[in-house]
Amino acid sequence: MKRELLSGNEAIARGAYEAGITFASAYPGTPSTEILENVVRYKDDIHCQWGTNEKTAFEEAMGATFTGARVLVAMKHVGLNVAADPLFSSSYLGADGGFIIVSADDPGMHSSQNEQDNRNYAIAAKIPVLEPSDSQEAKDFVIEGIKISEKFNTPVMLRSSTRVSHSRSAVETGERETPPELHYEKDFQKTMLLPVIARKKHIIVEERQKKIKEFSDTFKHNYIIEGKTRIGILASGIAFQNGREIFKDDWFLKVAMPYPFPEELYKKFADKVDKIYVLEENDPIMENFARLITPDKEIIGKDFFPLTGEMTEDVILSKLGKKDLTPEFDTNSIPHRPPSLCPGCPHTATFHNLNIQKVTVTGDIGCYTLGGLPPLNAMDTTIDMGASITAMLGMEKAMAKAGKKLKQAAVIGDSTFFHSGITGLLDLIYNDSKGTVIILDNSITAMTGHQDNPGTGKTLMGDDSPVVDILKLVRDGLGIEHSFEIDGYDVKGIRTLLREELKREKLSVIVVKRVCALLFKKPNWSPTVVDPDKCIKCNLCLKLGCPAITSKDGKAFIVSSLCTGCSVCIQVCPHDAMNHANEDGMHIKDTSLADFFKGGK
Amino acid sequence: MKTIIIAGVGGQGVLTASDLLSDVLLDAGYNVKKSEVHGMSQRGGDVIATIKFGEEVFSPLPAIKNADYILAFEKLEGLRNINFLKNDGAMIVNDFVWEPLPVASGTVEYPDDIEDNLKKYSSDLILIPATDIATELGNVRTTNVLLVGVLASKMDIDKEIWINVVKRKVPPKSIDLNLSAFEKGYSFRA
Repeated sequence: MKRELLSGNEAIARGAYEAGITFASAYPGTPSTEILENVVRYKDDIHCQWGTNEKTAFEEAMGATFTGARVLVAMKHVGLNVAADPLFSSSYLGADGGFIIVSADDPGMHSSQNEQDNRNYAIAAKIPVLEPSDSQEAKDFVIEGIKISEKFNTPVMLRSSTRVSHSRSAVETGERETPPELHYEKDFQKTMLLPVIARKKHIIVEERQKKIKEFSDTFKHNYIIEGKTRIGILASGIAFQNGREIFKDDWFLKVAMPYPFPEELYKKFADKVDKIYVLEENDPIMENFARLITPDKEIIGKDFFPLTGEMTEDVILSKLGKKDLTPEFDTNSIPHRPPSLCPGCPHTATFHNLNIQKVTVTGDIGCYTLGGLPPLNAMDTTIDMGASITAMLGMEKAMAKAGKKLKQAAVIGDSTFFHSGITGLLDLIYNDSKGTVIILDNSITAMTGHQDNPGTGKTLMGDDSPVVDILKLVRDGLGIEHSFEIDGYDVKGIRTLLREELKREKLSVIVVKRVCALLFKKPNWSPTVVDPDKCIKCNLCLKLGCPAITSKDGKAFIVSSLCTGCSVCIQVCPHDAMNHANEDGMHIKDTSLADFFKGGK
Repeated sequence: MKTIIIAGVGGQGVLTASDLLSDVLLDAGYNVKKSEVHGMSQRGGDVIATIKFGEEVFSPLPAIKNADYILAFEKLEGLRNINFLKNDGAMIVNDFVWEPLPVASGTVEYPDDIEDNLKKYSSDLILIPATDIATELGNVRTTNVLLVGVLASKMDIDKEIWINVVKRKVPPKSIDLNLSAFEKGYSFRA
C-alpha cells in the first residue's frame, strides 16, 4: 500500500487500473481530459483511445462490454449530451464485464457553456450514480462501481466535478485485480434492442433499480456521521467536504450514491435530527428524494442555497449569515486578465480578416472561440460542438426565404470538425448552401491541452495512424468543388480568398492550415522588431490581440521573449515598420513541419 | 489547518511551485489538499493554486480571509487575490509587472497604486524582485523556486525537506541553478 498525492482524474485512472479494466475510451473535454491521459500509463494492461466524439467513444466501450471486458468511458458533462443516445440503450443492454461512465460536471462553468447536473441523466436512464468527494473516493468508486455494475448487470455513472477532478489529495494505491475471462457468444436476445426484446428489458431494468435501491441502503460509502446537535447535513461530492469545514458538531449523511437514493438509511438519519441542510451542487436531486420520504421534516435546500455555481465554504457561510463576503478591496476595479490567442497562433490572421471584412461568423468550440473576444471580435455565435456549420445553414435559409442575405462564414477547428462538423457539412451540400466554411486546422486538439485526433497521425497510445487530410476529404470525398487550403500566416492570401468565396453563390470550404504554435519549443527563435521611426501609432497591429505586441510611448513594441516571428503583424503593418530581427535564429513562419517537430513535441 | 495561495499568470510556473510545496508539506507529515483553477491559463489567463494542510483537511478550496500566506508571482495577481488573506496573513509578492492584454492594447491602465494597496491590506508584506534576481542567476524560469524559497524562510519546516523536494522535482540538469535560486529566496531580507 502506497500513499500518493493524486488529482481526482489521476485517481480515476488508477482506479481503472486496479479494477481490472481492459478498455477505456474518451473524447477530451475539461475537466475530464486527464483521465485518459493518465490511463495511458497502464497501456500494457488497458487498451485506451480517443474517440472522434463522445458518442463514438461510448459505443466503442459498449462493444467492448459485449465481450465481457471491464470498460470505462469518460467525458465532460456536455459530452454526455452527445453520447445520450447510446447511454439510454446501454441501460437496457446492461454490462457483462463492468461498465463505468465518467461524467465530469463543471459547476461554476470554469470552462463550459452550461452547468447541467448529469445525475439527472442517471435517473432518466435508470442507472446508479456514484459521486466521489476527493481523490481517494474517485479511485475507490471506480473499483466499487465495477463491482456494482457486474452484480446488477448495469452501467454505473461516476459523477465527478471540476473540483474533484482537478484537486489533489492523498490516495492509497493497491494492486490490480485480474480481469475476467472474455466470453463472447452470439445471443441476440441479449444484445439486440428490437422493440420486442426491449419491452422485456425495460421490465428487467425496473426490477434492477429496486434491487440497487436496497443495495444503496447497505453500501458502505453511504454512511452517517454522528453529531452532538439536532441538525443534520445531507451531503454529496465536494459540497460534503466544504460542509465538513463548517458544521463541526452536527450529524451528516454522506451520500456516495445519490441515485438510487438510500431511503432506509436516510430515515435513520432523519430520525436523529430536527432540521436538515442539503449540500449538493447544482440540482436538488437528493433534496427531492428527502422531501418525498419525510414531507414533514424541515429541509433546507435549493430554496435557500443557490442553484447556480459552486457550493463553496464561502457560499454556504454567507447564506447562513455567518460570513460577510463583501470584499475589502474591489477587485473589479483592476484590469482583468482575459485569456487570448497565443503569440504566433495560426488562427489570428483569419479572425483579423473576418473582423475587417465584417463577416457574420457562426462559431464553434475550441481555442478559436477566443477569436470572438476583443480586439478580434470575429465571432457571432457559439452553441455547441459542430454548430458553427449547421447554424450558418439555418441563418442562410431563413434569411433567403425573406429575400435577404448575410455575408456569412462558419469557423470550426480540425478536432471539432471531426467530432461533429462533418455531418453538418453534409447538410450544407444536401441543402444547397451558398455559405463559406472555414476549417482552422492546427493539427491538434489544442484547447484541452494537445490531444491527438484523426488528423494528427498518432493514437493516444502513441502508435502511428493514417492522417486524415481535410482538404482531400471535403474536395475529393464529399465533392465540394470550391475547396481550398491556405497557410494560416498568409494574411493577404486569406483576405483575397475570403473576399472571393464570400461573394461566390456556391458552397466553399477553406482549410486554413498551420500547426499550433505551442507545440514548438523556442530555443533560438528570432523575434520581430518595430522600427519606431516608421511606426505612426495607427495601432492596427494591436488589433491582432497578440500578447507579444504592446505599446511603448504610444508606438508599437514587441516583447521579444513572447514573439515567435510568425510575421502576421509584419504583413498587417501598412507602414513597413515591422521586420524580422536580423539575428541568427528561427522564425516560426519559415519553419517546415519536419523542423517544427524536430524543435518541439 | 493552514492555507497557502499561489497566484500568477499562466506560464510562470505556479502549478509547478504548488506541486513542490504540496510534496514538502506531505514529507513534513501533514495532510494536504490542493486545488487549482487553470481552465485557460495556457492562453495567458490568471492562475491560482490553493494548498491546505494540517492534521485534518476537508475542503481543498480557498475562502475569503482564510489564507495564512499568499505567494504572488506578479503584482497585479497579488492584488487580485488580496481578499483571501487573513488579517494577520503574510503576503510575498514578486516585484514584477506582466501587462494583461487590455493594458497592452491601451484599453485600460495598469494600476500605479498596487504597492499602496498591498500595504494597506496586508500587515506582513515582502516585495522581492524575484524575476530580476532569477534572470541574474542565469535562468528566469527559476523565479518560481526562488519565491518558494522566500515562503520557506517564513514557515516552520526543516530546510532539508525543502531542499530534498527541490532536488526531486526539478529537471536533473537544473538542480544546482534551482537550489541557488531557492537559497537566494530563503536568505532574502527586504
